[in-house]
Amino acid sequence: MYEIVAFYLFSALTIGLFSITVLSKNVLYAMTALASGMVLISGFFFLLGADFLGVVQLIVYVGAVIALYAFAMMFFDATRDIKEKNTNSALVFFLGGMSALVLVLMFAAPIFSENIQALYPMHEGVGNAQDVGIVLFTKYLVPFEVAALMLLVAMISGIMLAGKKMDQSLTEDVSADDEIMTVKDEK
Amino acid sequence: MIIGLSHYLIVSAIIFSIGLVGVLRRRNLLMLFFATEVMLNAVNIAFAAISHYYNDLTGQMFAFFIIAIAASEVAVGLGILIVLYKKYGSLDLDDLATMRG
Repeated sequence: MYEIVAFYLFSALTIGLFSITVLSKNVLYAMTALASGMVLISGFFFLLGADFLGVVQLIVYVGAVIALYAFAMMFFDATRDIKEKNTNSALVFFLGGMSALVLVLMFAAPIFSENIQALYPMHEGVGNAQDVGIVLFTKYLVPFEVAALMLLVAMISGIMLAGKKMDQSLTEDVSADDEIMTVKDEK
Repeated sequence: MIIGLSHYLIVSAIIFSIGLVGVLRRRNLLMLFFATEVMLNAVNIAFAAISHYYNDLTGQMFAFFIIAIAASEVAVGLGILIVLYKKYGSLDLDDLATMRG
């Protein structure tokens, strides 16, 4: 009973929040809806018994990714509404829904076959984090290290791309900075 | 009524469709990034659900790597967005279309 209520509550809220994310005109609203939707998705993971995945989702997505978006929002003008010219949005909705349906059917088709066997089965009486750790550091060690290297490369490239010309102001007029500099020079 | 695998897969499909509609409909690069995150999250739900109902940890492993990839994608992508905004003063795809075929 508890699981059913939680599942339907989470799915309704997640779908609503992600619709706001996709359809909203304001970047701040979209980002807030995305953050709360990701918190609710970690609720799905806890329901499914994937505790460690839920915690990682909370820390990495809600903690890091959304914070990164919030920082990047300082560079853009977030309060202004986005103006987009949409050409025939009903057709886009129809095409988007249909192609998503085709993709889902395509990828869901092998699931309904009977001969699926568990490659790394879960152990009874062992916590999820412990189970995940054992499989991650024995069977998936090389992908894990490659992911670590990829994150390092991404960090360096992010610093290199965003860090150039950090001393220049983006939003304010350059002449304002010049005025400040001239005032300083006169003193 | 018991919540089965297909319930989770249907929710995942709906969220994925929302993300795909966003990718097709939006013209702002930041909004496209948001829509991509929505799609990645939908796939993560499907992986976790399959992992739970087949009693297999492989799905959760793939979800971890998807999260790692999403994090690095955001780091690089936001750097590129900041450079684009510095250069053009806008994140609209119609303004950024400089290569006219």
